[in-house]
Order: sequence, then C-alpha cells, then structure tokens
Amino acid sequence: MSKTAQAFKNGKAFIPFVTAGDPDLETTKKLIIAMAESGADLVEIGIPFSDPVAEGVVIQQADERALSSGTTTDKIFDMVSSLRKELPTLPLAFMTYINPIYVYGSEKFLARCEELEVDAVIVPDIPYEEKQELLPYCEKHGVDLISLIAPTSEERIKTIAAEAQGFLYCVSSMGVTGVRSEIKTDIGAMIRNVREVSSIPTAIGFGISNPETARKMACHADGVIVGSAIVKLCAQYGRDCVEPVRAFVKEMKDAIRDL
Amino acid sequence: MSKGRFGIHGGQFVPETLMNAVNELEEAYNRYKDDPEFIAENERLLNEYAGRPSLLYYAEKMTKDLGGAKIYLKREDLNHTGSHKLNNVIGQILLAKKMGKTRVIAETGAGQHGVATATVAALMGMECEIYMGKEDTDRQALNVYRMELLGAKVHAVTTGTQTLKDAVNETLREWTRRVNDTHYVLGSVMGPHPFPTIVRDFQSVIGKEIKAQLLEREGRLPDAVLACVGGGSNAMGAFYEFIPDKSVALIGCEAAGLGVDNPKNAATVANGTLGVFHGMKSYFCQDEYGQIAPVYSISAGLDYPGIGPEHANLHDTDRAQYVPVTDDEAVNAFEYLSKTEGIIPAIESAHAVAHAMKIAPDMGRDKIMVINLSGRGDKDVAAIARYRGVEIYE
Repeated sequence: MSKTAQAFKNGKAFIPFVTAGDPDLETTKKLIIAMAESGADLVEIGIPFSDPVAEGVVIQQADERALSSGTTTDKIFDMVSSLRKELPTLPLAFMTYINPIYVYGSEKFLARCEELEVDAVIVPDIPYEEKQELLPYCEKHGVDLISLIAPTSEERIKTIAAEAQGFLYCVSSMGVTGVRSEIKTDIGAMIRNVREVSSIPTAIGFGISNPETARKMACHADGVIVGSAIVKLCAQYGRDCVEPVRAFVKEMKDAIRDL
Repeated sequence: MSKGRFGIHGGQFVPETLMNAVNELEEAYNRYKDDPEFIAENERLLNEYAGRPSLLYYAEKMTKDLGGAKIYLKREDLNHTGSHKLNNVIGQILLAKKMGKTRVIAETGAGQHGVATATVAALMGMECEIYMGKEDTDRQALNVYRMELLGAKVHAVTTGTQTLKDAVNETLREWTRRVNDTHYVLGSVMGPHPFPTIVRDFQSVIGKEIKAQLLEREGRLPDAVLACVGGGSNAMGAFYEFIPDKSVALIGCEAAGLGVDNPKNAATVANGTLGVFHGMKSYFCQDEYGQIAPVYSISAGLDYPGIGPEHANLHDTDRAQYVPVTDDEAVNAFEYLSKTEGIIPAIESAHAVAHAMKIAPDMGRDKIMVINLSGRGDKDVAAIARYRGVEIYE
C-alpha cells in the first residue's frame, strides 16, 4: 500500500489544502505543522500557478498573493525539505497544474518529489486520456498520480477508478473550487460506481467548508478535502492565520473522526 | 488515449468535469461534418448571411508602390460582422444546436469573436454570454455595446492580466459550472481537442476560396500567403488548403508589441517555450517555472501568450514561417493600407500587411502574394488616433 493510502487508516481522513507561499513560505510551513498537530491525515500543498482554471476566486487570489511574494517551485521544494525534518512521516501531496510541472521538467520534478518523500501529485488538468504525460515519471519515482472523477464523469468513473492510485479524488459539484451553500450531486451513486471496480480510498472535495457538510460527505466516502475555507482564513489573517487554521482543522477532523 | 495531436502538440488537457463535453463535441462533429444536410445549411448561411465567398482583391496601387510581388488581399473584412470570425461561429453554433444546446458562451479579445458569437446566437435564438478582459472592454468599448445590442451579456474579466488569456480562463471556468446546456464557442484554433480541428475546418473556407479565385484570375497558385497570428484561426484557415502545395510559402505574423527584445510583446514563436496550457501542448510565453507571461500588443486580438497546436507543428516542421511585427510597424501598415487602397484593416490584420510591405519589394514582379485581411479596422480607429496622440474616445 502506498503511503498516500495509509492516510485513510485513522478513521475518516481529513485532507486540508494550503497554497504554498500565501502569504509566505515560512507561514506555509508553520501552517502544515499546525494542521498535522490538529489531526490532518494528509496535506495538499498547492504550487501556485498564474492561470489556475479549475479554481474559484478564493484560491485564484491566493495563487496571485503567493506568486507576487516571490514563491517559486524551487523555494517550495526547499520549504518541504525543511518541513520533512520536523514531520518525517505525514503524507503529503502537491496540487498544481501540468504546466509548472512540465516546464520545470516532469522527470526533475518527480525526482524531487521522491527525494522529499512527497507521496502524491494532484493535477486537475491531466484527465485520464492524458495521464501518460506524467504517469511514467510518477511510477519511476514511486509517487501516486491522483485521479479525479466529477459529477459529469458517469460511465467514465469505472474506467478511471479501475486504474486509480493512492486515493480517488471525487469532485462534489460542477464548476470550480470554492465554498458552496449545498452540494446537490448524488455522491452516493458516484461512490457506488467506484466500489464496483475498486476498493481504493475515496475523498470528496470542492465546496466543503463546515463540519456539517464534512460529516455528510464523510458518510459516503473515506475522507474529505477542504481548500477554499482554509485559504479564506489565510487571506483574512495573513501571517496570523496559523492558530485559526489549527482550530478549524481540529473542528473538521473531530466532526468526521468517528463516522 | 491522447487525441488531437499535431506532432507533439495539442491534446486534451482539461479538468475531468469537461471531458464528457469535449468527447460529445468530437462525436457530434464527426457525425455532422460529412452530413449533406449540415453542410448545405452551413453553406447557405455562409453565402446568404455572412456574404461569402469573400472577394480576392488585386491591390494594384500597393503592388506598384512597393515595386515587387503582385499583391492580392483576401477580403475577410467584408464578411458580415467585419471579420473572419463568423466562419467558425456559424459552424459551431449550428453544431451546438444539433447537439441540443440552448446557450453559448465565448471568450473575446478585440471583441470580433464576441460580436460574431452574439450575432449568430441572436440569429439562431441561443442565449449568449461573452467573457472579455477588463482591459479589452475599455479599449474596445464600442464592441461591448455592440454585443449587448445583439442580446448578449458581456462579463468584464478582472482576474490576472485582464486580457484574452484571462477571458479564456473565465470562459473555461463558466463551462465547468454549466456544461449540460452550454456550448463553448472557442474562437481560435486552440484549446483542447477537438477545438483546434473544428475551428480550422470551419475557417479553411478562406484558403479554399483563395485557391479557386487565384486559379481563375492567374491560373496558378500564390508564392506566399500571409496572415496575422494570435491563437491563429485566420492564418490556419488561409494556410490549411496550401499545406500540401510546398511551393507556397506560409507566413504567420505575430504581435511583437514594443519589440521581441522588450518584455512587452506577444510573439509566441519568437519568444515562447514548450508548455501545456488552455487544454493544449504548444508554445507559450512563460517564465522558467511555467508561469504564463503577461503579454502585450496594441492589438487586443493578438494579445495572447500561446499559439494553436497545429501552428506549433507547422513551425516545428518548417512548413510555415512565423515572424514578429511590432506595434509601430502595424500602425504604419494600418495607415498605409488606408491611404493607398482605401481599405482600413483591423490592427490585427495590419500586422500581416506590415510584413508584406517588408518582403514584397524583394520579391520578383512575377511573384504573387496573398494577404489575408482578416478584419476591418473601424473598431481600431479611436485607439490608433490615441497612439498618434489624438485624444479621441468612442
């Protein structure tokens, strides 16, 4: 079993997301440590991109703040390297777009991931049909390439799930990332489709921002992913976001731990 | 697996939410592109509504003035709505209707594609929303009003650089929000498969007409075909028919803004590197970490940091040549064509005219060159006046 999948061994998994470098990388490192201490099972580290087409306005603005503070892929690797000294085993995933990886050099990027024990990469603009762009490098370096399914996936779900690695990222709603008042998709049906072909852990993301929704979603799946609600706290509190995020992550993990 | 490749370029790099939509589009296109009824309906609209075939005009004064190659202008500026954009929009909205879509969305730079989309949406009774960078809604304010007049809702995009690439980002986001009843009328030979192929096919009427019209007039093929390139739809439309005719030089003119050595430019082939963005592998203006560069051109329609994947491959295989043209050169050509031939070209198309002015004198008088005049310049008059220091606002 990959280390990514082990994140689902501690009850329902809580997977927070943070944009690296928002407002600076030192704060990002403190945030990840605080998240781990308050129960995060896997942390998604967003590598900011100038044109994040799958993101809503909250994460778009976080990417802009991170890039304008001088964040680069190399500096993020350095931060993770220093983070690994304090958190040697916490499962970590990078979330970014294909262009920053491709232009950095896919081989070089995934070799760095292996070195830093980053367990998975989530690349929303690599659909099933294009996964050969990254998969050979991921396999060579033992990094899981996370697959996504969406409310529109329908008959594609089984094909995607059958080959998925680490965990399956279930996009809860149409559209881009961001806080939503309700999730209307029949998540149960999506997960049942997955279960027909695979026992891979599933995590639901997009639009989850409070303990109630997290509980509801965690009844269907093995974990929940929360991004924009956390990034909003970073935007609101800037360098002082560590304690508010610590409290939020604890509240969310507590809400789903015993389901 | 990966589909829609041109050499190494192209592909379908979009979020999973859109994959069924692009697959359905491909299926529908394959079903209808050879359907006699669809072809007849498309042709009827091109001829009776758009005003095709467009003229191939011998620019005698310009030819004599430059003293070299015989210059023909392909008058796409005479199409209804004033540019080549309508060729693609008619085909795509017809296809969207066949697919049962009731709403269309589109990005626009200069506003030409937005106006064309709003126009055909009005004609075919489709709901229409257009995404346009805030900087472009400011510099092309008249086109914004024109789209609204045609019944479209125009969204000024305030993210990123507030230009064409951000308009594409926002239209892609909107498509993921509402994909079931909505077709994204992509305006150039870019984006995920099947768009580069569909747009090229609908625009290829330009090159087919050039070939037939020139054969009738001159009894032979041209020696060179020139067109401006942003994403590259008018150029692809003009070039495609001539790709197998190796004697025809294909020349794409990119927007070099303040110069290729100045950061303020949009010359993708001159300055770009390989990347994967907006659904496609191609060349992009970007930094060493793959962050897309904030490009610049006086022309809102060429102000795009990428180039269509088929162009990238024509460049790789040396079948076409891509040359940079600066703002200054384009503005000079804008004025030159106006004064010499009484034709005010779009500032986009003026980039191709500018390069023609550079190379025509050195070509023999027995040579023939065709410039694709992709659009008319009415929309640019106020901006060019301001460029020359005359404070005119629309």
